[in-house]
Amino acid sequence: MNSTEKLELKKAACKVRMGAIEGVFNAKSGHPGGSLSAADIFTYLYLKELNVNPENPKDPDRDRFVLSKGHCCPGLYAALALKGFFSMDELKSLRHIGAMLQGHPDMKSTPGIDMSSGSLGQGISAACGMAMAGKMDNKNYRVYALLGDGECQEGQVWEAAMFAGHRHLDNLCIIIDNNGLQIDGRVNDICSIEPLDKKLESFGFEVFKINGHCFDQIEDAFNKAKKVKGKPCAIIAATIKGKGVSYMEDNGSWHGTAPNKEQYEKAMDELKAQLASLEA
Amino acid sequence: MADIIKKATRESFGEAVCELAKEHSEIVVLDADLAAATKTSIFKKQYPDRFIDCGIAESNMMGIAAGLATCGKVPFAASFAMFATGRAYEQVRNSIGYPHLNVKVVGSHAGISVGEDGATHQCCEDIALMRTIPDMVILNPADHYEMIEATKAAYNHKGPVYIRLGRLAIDSFNDPSNYKFELGKGITLHEGNDITVIATGLVVNEALKAVRAIESEGINARLINIHTIKPIDKDIIIKAAKETGKIITVEEHNIIGGLGEAVCAVTSEEYPVPVKRIGINDCYGHSGPAVELLKQFGLCEENIVKVIKEQLDK
Repeated sequence: MNSTEKLELKKAACKVRMGAIEGVFNAKSGHPGGSLSAADIFTYLYLKELNVNPENPKDPDRDRFVLSKGHCCPGLYAALALKGFFSMDELKSLRHIGAMLQGHPDMKSTPGIDMSSGSLGQGISAACGMAMAGKMDNKNYRVYALLGDGECQEGQVWEAAMFAGHRHLDNLCIIIDNNGLQIDGRVNDICSIEPLDKKLESFGFEVFKINGHCFDQIEDAFNKAKKVKGKPCAIIAATIKGKGVSYMEDNGSWHGTAPNKEQYEKAMDELKAQLASLEA
Repeated sequence: MADIIKKATRESFGEAVCELAKEHSEIVVLDADLAAATKTSIFKKQYPDRFIDCGIAESNMMGIAAGLATCGKVPFAASFAMFATGRAYEQVRNSIGYPHLNVKVVGSHAGISVGEDGATHQCCEDIALMRTIPDMVILNPADHYEMIEATKAAYNHKGPVYIRLGRLAIDSFNDPSNYKFELGKGITLHEGNDITVIATGLVVNEALKAVRAIESEGINARLINIHTIKPIDKDIIIKAAKETGKIITVEEHNIIGGLGEAVCAVTSEEYPVPVKRIGINDCYGHSGPAVELLKQFGLCEENIVKVIKEQLDK
């Protein structure tokens, strides 16, 4: 990718982070930490990777994306808004009564959401089903699913991984937002999922380990994944929970807490400053 | 009257889904290593490319089915009732029910008529579990002919459906030449105004024998077959309550959460009458030959006759 493209992605990621904070602040609840750690991945997926069209969100030939870690939807909603599935203003209604932006993704109410999710471990199974349907119908679409690292403690993740490996679902690419934190503490202290790369490899995945905040590495991994034949791919993205907002970074207490007005203003000031420096 | 066919509803289902699949290429069948038992093996043999064995992983199977449904497939996902609705309850609720996906959840080996395998596999809670999921349709056919029509109706209904299958071979009692399955509509199998028996699934035939047997004693009991437990046919229940004043329910399921309570919910809100529930009295089953177990748990003609008389004497 050239430097102009990279700059545009960085600016877009800043807007996604601002959208996520805007949503969570107005909702007075929600999950900023994981939304921010996955913000660069959301941005790359919707601006560069996925073959999706906001004008035709149900196109049967489109690529699919399943947010298996559904609680990080404030970040996903911001990326969908940026892509044009709905207006950025909609983000302020997150979690409000009657809003289409539910606390966890609802495919029935929100254009661009391919699967309802939120109960951890379930999204990856649905993604496998979508990939299976693509294989059965000889379709060329690809299926992507984003999982949390803590989510990998769910047994269903490994049932699905076994299925994907066994069925050689090379149209499936999972991404693990490996920010190292879960609600009760560090993943490595609660119940370690390591060695995650070896586990996934042994389940039949081609594994790529990247810095999930580096667009060069994100692009490289997605491009390589598309060329892999005969097996599914997993991108383990090392990320920082709360990335982009100084006081939220690598701080587990921001997993599911909304900023107050003062904190919100500080977060937005920081993100605006980052955007301004990118635009300068 | 048509020939009596002695067949387990699981087998009738296996044949029916195969027949449907001829016309509807979007039908796919999933199983979790129990194809030989759930009888999805019939489909597997005929349509190997449309059959997905997920291995012993029912939770994942329900998610796979959900994903397939988002892409236009019509999945029938089968396992034992215990695992399809019990182990995978939350997957059925969140990945299929909440997004209202067009998945047919199929639970075989329901109830105590599983027999010798015993309590761990005798699921008497599936109807209760599935009733709590909004918009879930629940079908519990009573014989071979009804199962064939119910399978078609499940396909024609756009949205999640739970279909309950039995392991035990049972006699048919319906006549296919005049049988009509209407989703959500009960069927009056025997007229009478002294009392109403409302039954579902494999015990309907026992109830039919019971109401016929007591006719000679001058007792005219009405018998209603409820093949669709949800949405329940309120009208037929209210009418029976008004016209006969007493109701007995019969089901191969815990009396908590099943047909009996569904009927009570209708009568208590619309037209209160005494309702006696025959079923599994909030206990586990145990090993033994299916027919003997059914007798032991009171799910037989003799006990239904006895309860009818007791209720009429009250």
